[in-house]
Amino acid sequence: MTKMIDRRDFLKLAGLGGAVFASALPGVSLAAGQDDFFFVQLSDTHWGFQGAPNPDAKGTLKKAVAAVNSLERTPDFIMFTGDLTHTTDNPVERRERLSQFKEIVSELKVKTVRFMPGEHDASLDNGKAFQEFFGPTHYTFDHKGVHFIVLDNVSDPRAIVGDEQRDWLANDLKSLKPDAPIVIFTHRPLFDLYPQWDWATRDGDKVVELLMPHRHVTVFYGHIHQEHHHMTGHIGHHAAKGLMFPLPAAGTTPTRTPIPWDPAHPYQGIGFRGVGTDPKSAAATITEYPATNGGGA
Amino acid sequence: MNWTPTRRRVATVAVLASLTLIGTLGVQMAARSADTKEQVIKVSTKRFSYSPSEIRLKKGVPVVLELTTEDIMMGFNLPDFKVHGDIVPGKVTQVRLVPDKVGTFVFLCDIFCGAGHEEMSGKIVVVD
Repeated sequence: MTKMIDRRDFLKLAGLGGAVFASALPGVSLAAGQDDFFFVQLSDTHWGFQGAPNPDAKGTLKKAVAAVNSLERTPDFIMFTGDLTHTTDNPVERRERLSQFKEIVSELKVKTVRFMPGEHDASLDNGKAFQEFFGPTHYTFDHKGVHFIVLDNVSDPRAIVGDEQRDWLANDLKSLKPDAPIVIFTHRPLFDLYPQWDWATRDGDKVVELLMPHRHVTVFYGHIHQEHHHMTGHIGHHAAKGLMFPLPAAGTTPTRTPIPWDPAHPYQGIGFRGVGTDPKSAAATITEYPATNGGGA
Repeated sequence: MNWTPTRRRVATVAVLASLTLIGTLGVQMAARSADTKEQVIKVSTKRFSYSPSEIRLKKGVPVVLELTTEDIMMGFNLPDFKVHGDIVPGKVTQVRLVPDKVGTFVFLCDIFCGAGHEEMSGKIVVVD
């Protein structure tokens, strides 16, 4: 299903930002050929999970990789926003799962693929195993005039970004103009979505405070295994679906138990997302794709 | 020191004022202590449970939860009362609250502690 958001609506979602789509904004000039933009966000693949909520736990990620590879539009890059693997207390098994995950996603045709950890990957060893396979847990990169910042709010098991990383963020932001387009990738929500289910970051408000002076900021995150859109002031926060099992909407059930697998609608509620400009209309779009070419989301 | 009568009067007034203040504070503190006798409840944790997992409280009666962990560091987060504490092995963590509303409220571990972390929760039931 493609949900087309016209520019006005998207700008509302992203505050005044539309940060990802700098080329689509009036008054922003970019070099010729830089106006087309598309990336894919995959999240919460939980490789290693076994259970009734997904009878195809060993096959879903591979199907998702095939689905990304068959997209009509080739992504500029692919971003995995954490919980690549399902948690295990065994450090050897954790590395085995990370290794298997890495091997499976190496089948992606697009070779610019970036990773960040979720609490399942990193909270039991402060990100040690994750870093062995994928490098730093927080970093920045630039693409087509947009500044991307990957923030780690999981390596500290208290779900905290922490003083040191916030100082790093503040220093990075200092080098940007107030109207620079900025995209944040993170795993947990940076606002109190539903602390009763641990859907929060302890010092998320301090992170948002640092971002506030910047006019064009958009946050993409995972963790809650469903699509969700929220504004804190002018900053838009957009949660992605997961790729193992969906979770219920906040507070709609007594516990955050996965939504049961529906044999009549396999893979329902799981999928991935494309974010980009529509080449025909120049409108900003968020496209939700099913986990498999056979359907789902 | 050669004090003048004026200085003596000032000093006397100051001493009397101090004694009055101390007396007032003492009375206030005693009254506060009598009014706010805290109920103490011990809660122990281990991966991935709290004991007890259901805590019954009376509205308006102050309570101190004394939290301990039998294994690794755990969290105690009671979002509806904006109360939380980190429970460190070998130490007692105290969290205080005065329940000001009736109902059932979830508390949970907010420090990722392993495979059963997401099920580690309990409830506080506040009655009139």
